[in-house]
Amino acid sequence: MRSPAPSPGSRGALRVEGLVVRYEQTVAVRDVDLAVAPGEWLGLIGANGAGKSSLLRAVARLSPYEGGVHIDGHDTARLSRRHFAQLVAYVPQKPELPVQMRAIDYVALGRLPHLGYFGAEGPQDRVHCGELLARLSLAHMSDRPLGAMSGGELQRLVLARALAQEAPILLLDEPTSALDLGRRVEALELVDELRHERSLTVVSALHDLTLAAQFADRLVLLAQGSIVAAGPADEVLVEGSLDQHFGTRVQILRSDDGEVIVVPRRQRERT
Amino acid sequence: MVAGVSTTVPLLIAAVVLVVVVVVSTAIGPASLSLATVLGVLASHVPLVHYHSSASAVANAIVWEIRLPRVVLAGLVGSMLAAGGAAYQGVFRNPLADPYLLGVAAGAGLGATIAIVTPRASFEWLPVAAFLGGAAAVSLTYLMGARTGQRSSGTSIVLAGVAVAALFTAIQTNLQQQHAADLQPVYAWILGSLSTASWTDVRLILPYVVVSGAVLLAHRRLLDALRIGEEEASTIGVHPQRVRLVVVAAATLGTAAAVSVSGLIGFVGIIVPHLVRLTTNASYRVVLPVSMISGASFLILADLGARMLEAPGEVPLGVVTAFIGGPFFIFVLRSRRSQQGVL
Repeated sequence: MRSPAPSPGSRGALRVEGLVVRYEQTVAVRDVDLAVAPGEWLGLIGANGAGKSSLLRAVARLSPYEGGVHIDGHDTARLSRRHFAQLVAYVPQKPELPVQMRAIDYVALGRLPHLGYFGAEGPQDRVHCGELLARLSLAHMSDRPLGAMSGGELQRLVLARALAQEAPILLLDEPTSALDLGRRVEALELVDELRHERSLTVVSALHDLTLAAQFADRLVLLAQGSIVAAGPADEVLVEGSLDQHFGTRVQILRSDDGEVIVVPRRQRERT
Repeated sequence: MVAGVSTTVPLLIAAVVLVVVVVVSTAIGPASLSLATVLGVLASHVPLVHYHSSASAVANAIVWEIRLPRVVLAGLVGSMLAAGGAAYQGVFRNPLADPYLLGVAAGAGLGATIAIVTPRASFEWLPVAAFLGGAAAVSLTYLMGARTGQRSSGTSIVLAGVAVAALFTAIQTNLQQQHAADLQPVYAWILGSLSTASWTDVRLILPYVVVSGAVLLAHRRLLDALRIGEEEASTIGVHPQRVRLVVVAAATLGTAAAVSVSGLIGFVGIIVPHLVRLTTNASYRVVLPVSMISGASFLILADLGARMLEAPGEVPLGVVTAFIGGPFFIFVLRSRRSQQGVL
């Protein structure tokens, strides 16, 4: 099959075909097909163990998989590590944050895929990192050790490191799980602004279904490793299906402006 | 930009300190020579500077043939041990890793013992045998660790290092028991000493120290990348296993060369990188080069102590560094920074 020539304006098309991820005994992802358009934000939802993280890790080449992952027509399995890191930035659920490392040095790590094996970052790389810190409102923290930063600041810093890779595809595994409600909305708002600014393709696993509905263009509901529903939020977030796949009762409400709101309900009546 | 300043300043300070330490420790010795005489002799040997020292031939010989080779050798050995320590701490992400972690010391000890107890082998073979023993021990450690470790996480290699060191030490002890008459020279070598240092020793280890140091320096950014863990490092295009193999090989080669002429000098690889981390920003871009320079200063001063504390006798150099290193080790263990994870 001939792969379509990627046009310069539309970098970051992701296609996943027949993806299977197996751990010793269990199958974490079964035969998943996905196509994400350049600039699109796809939200992966599902109960714990449904395969969201496994799917993201496979796309990020961190777990062995069967099937194909293609970016702009390139089979990612054939790319060198460095080249792959220029195309895909991955933010894990719990990034490792060395307490003594300074913020600017942490962000500079994102430039590594663009340097040679022994290469030193040049002035442009440093300016680039400085600009990213400023963009994420961290300019004044440039010299601060990571151990002296708050959860929200660290979240933005991790994002800055991922953006320093200048990759068209951003994979986020539960990017907001460690944040309080306000910081959570702020962080997702920031991801949304950045993807528009830099025309990024975003694939993220999201816990909070209401926020997932508000931010992602399209949702994919996973259960036991398979896709059970995919499409716009109001098609995927329906009561019967969520009851079944999350194992609890939920109620779907609509806000005044038509947004979908998912409310979990107690299993038993209040006594 | 700030990043540039914070790299240059510590380097400059360390370099100035090293120059002062070299001059001062060359000036101090049993034969009292004035600082002016010593500086004169040093200047007369600088290439392209046509300076004729008025110092006597004896003073010239003392400075140029006795004191300076010893100072330079101490500097090279200290530099190598400190860089090796910083590198090992980086690849194994363990603040207490030292350049002897994977069995270099035990291997070099066995090699030296074999050289000493072998009839007809001359003392000239000791450095070569120590070097071969050290390299053999680390190669064995690496093979064992890589075999047993499912995903070579570093831990299996460290454990293999403990096993190999125990095995080599056992063989060495056995050999010593069979050749009790030769115990004294073996023992003296193990304690570490630079008392017989000459330009020949310097020429012997210089190539290894230069190559090893250059390779380690070239990996300073990749060592920073390993600080975020192997998995995340791999998502920014780094091969953690490859980096570890190259860095360990380079650090081992240099360390084995260093101990082959100096004997087993402990703690330099832990004390120096830690002091550098405490005073700079802990990026390997700074820690590695500054440790190299400061390691040289540290061991030159320790060796000055070794030859002056009980002058005209000598305290073994390894004993001096252990006297400083033991308490320092405890300090590192207790300090808040190490509890938070220095790396």
